[in-house]
Amino acid sequence: MRIIVKCFAGCKDAVGAASVEVDFPAGTTVGEAFAGLVDSYPGLASYDRSVMLAVNREYADRRSVLADGDELACIPPVSGGAKFERRLSPFI
Amino acid sequence: MYKITSEPIKPDALFEWSLKPHHGAVVTFAGTVRNHSDGRQTLRLEYEAYAEMAEAKMREVGEEIRAKWGIDDVAMIHRIGTLDIGEISILISVATPHRKNVFEACSYAIDRVKQIVPVWKKEIRADGEREWVERNT
Repeated sequence: MRIIVKCFAGCKDAVGAASVEVDFPAGTTVGEAFAGLVDSYPGLASYDRSVMLAVNREYADRRSVLADGDELACIPPVSGGAKFERRLSPFI
Repeated sequence: MYKITSEPIKPDALFEWSLKPHHGAVVTFAGTVRNHSDGRQTLRLEYEAYAEMAEAKMREVGEEIRAKWGIDDVAMIHRIGTLDIGEISILISVATPHRKNVFEACSYAIDRVKQIVPVWKKEIRADGEREWVERNT
């Protein structure tokens, strides 16, 4: 299945593009997709603990399963918020 | 009104939009570009947004304010692109019939924006460094 990956700020720099399309096997989770992106773009590795992931413009649990055509966004910490949000909910 | 814009933000326009006959209080907050950070001189900032999601998340903050305080009139404009020192990066307006809770609601608005709205800034410093800000500011 084809996933549209959007990258912002430092993640965009690490990937070298604002948007890339990537094929993943059916059943791939959000977390697995990010791990796959780290393999392709090693510069993303430093964001593994801090990045927020969004699917179709909503913050997503790393365990949620992607569907063909989904828009997966890599959202590095916004100024002050992402870590706080993660503390509120360990699943996003 | 919840908007991401690359145009300079005009405070008067938002204030006038907020000011309705049934209102008795309007509180506005402006975030502006300061000339220093961590003791180093900043020349300008470059803002980037995940615009579609950012507008939806600003609207969500407005809905939270409605749920907490029953305040309906919240407006937010966030600018993106290159901003010079002293320019407005974000303007928030909260308007209510009575002043009770309106300062608290406006303070809540900027705190929540910083938490959930996907907007980033890159500092362009006098020492030549350029860096995305990925810390609490």
